[in-house]
Amino acid sequence: MTQTSDSLLIAGKEYRSRLLVGTGKYKDLDETARAIEASGAEIVTIAVRRTNIGQNSDEPNILEVLPPERYTILPNTAGCYDVETAVRTCQLARELLDGHPLVKLEVLGDQKTLFPDVMATLKAAEILVKDGFQVMVYTNDDPIVARELESMGCVAVMPLAAPIGSGLGIRNPLNILTIVENAKVPIIVDAGVGTASDAAEAMELGCDGVLMNTAIAAAKHPVLMASAMRKGIEAGREAYLAGRMAAKRYASASSPIEGLFF
Amino acid sequence: MQITLNGAPTEVADALTLTQLIEQLGLGARRLAVEVNAELVPRSQFEHHRIAPEDRVEIIQAVGGG
Repeated sequence: MTQTSDSLLIAGKEYRSRLLVGTGKYKDLDETARAIEASGAEIVTIAVRRTNIGQNSDEPNILEVLPPERYTILPNTAGCYDVETAVRTCQLARELLDGHPLVKLEVLGDQKTLFPDVMATLKAAEILVKDGFQVMVYTNDDPIVARELESMGCVAVMPLAAPIGSGLGIRNPLNILTIVENAKVPIIVDAGVGTASDAAEAMELGCDGVLMNTAIAAAKHPVLMASAMRKGIEAGREAYLAGRMAAKRYASASSPIEGLFF
Repeated sequence: MQITLNGAPTEVADALTLTQLIEQLGLGARRLAVEVNAELVPRSQFEHHRIAPEDRVEIIQAVGGG
C-alpha cells in the first residue's frame, strides 16, 4: 500500500488526515484556528448552543474560522443525556449547516465519568440513521455494542480510550483491538488520549483515526501539541501498515556473529 | 405578548414573525437555527412563522466543542 492511497473514507468522502479535532476549551478563536491548522485535521467538531441574546452579538463565530469548503464540520451532541435532546440537537445542527447530514452522536450517562448511556445511544442512532443522518457514534470500548452500532448503519464507530477530557490514554487496548478486527466501518478512538504516544498507540492498534480536543487545547502550548499529535497519528499509522516485529523476551544481536576477529 | 426566549421570559410584539424577531435581536447576519416549542423551524419558514403567546423559542448557533 502506498502512502498516497492510504486515505480515510467516511460516508463516501476521502480524507488525508486521520486526526479529527474538537474546537472547545481554547483561549480564543485565534488559538483555535492556529491549533487546527497545525493539526492538519480535515474533520472538525463543533457544539450547538443557545445564542447569547443582547450581548456580544457581533462577536465572531466559530464557523467563521472554519470555512465549510475547507473543513468537514462535525456537529456533536455533547451535553445530551437522553435520546430526545440528542435527536433535536442533530436536527438543529443539520439546519445550521444547510442540510449537511454528518453528526457526532454522544448520549451521556453520567456527569462524573461522561461515559455513554449505551441504551440511549443505540435508540438515538436508530432514529437518526432512519432520518438520513450519517452518524459517527461515541461509544464505550465494548466490542458487542460497537458491532451493533455498525449493523444499525452508523458510518463510523468511536470508542473511548478513557473518560472524555481525562488524558489517561488507552485503558483497554485489547478491547479496542477486538473492535477494530470486527469492524468494516472506520473505528475512531474518541476521547481520553493525553499525548502523542497515546495517539500513535491507537493507530498502531489499527484504528482508522483519533478524535481529540482536550489533549491539544489543555496542553501548555496547544499549537505545538497539535503538530505533535499530527506526527503521532502519522507515525502510528505507518507503523501499523509496516507491521511491527514480534516482541521477544530475550536479546537478538543486530550485528552479525560471523566474521568476528577475536 | 410574553414568550420564553432561550430560557428567559421575554416581552415581544404580538404576531411577530421569526424573521422580525431575529432582526430585532440584531442577529440577522448570523448563521442560526431555531426551535419553537422543541420543534425545528426551517430557515425557509422564518418569514412566515408567527410566534404565539407562551411559545418557547430557542435560537441556536455553533460554538467550539469537542
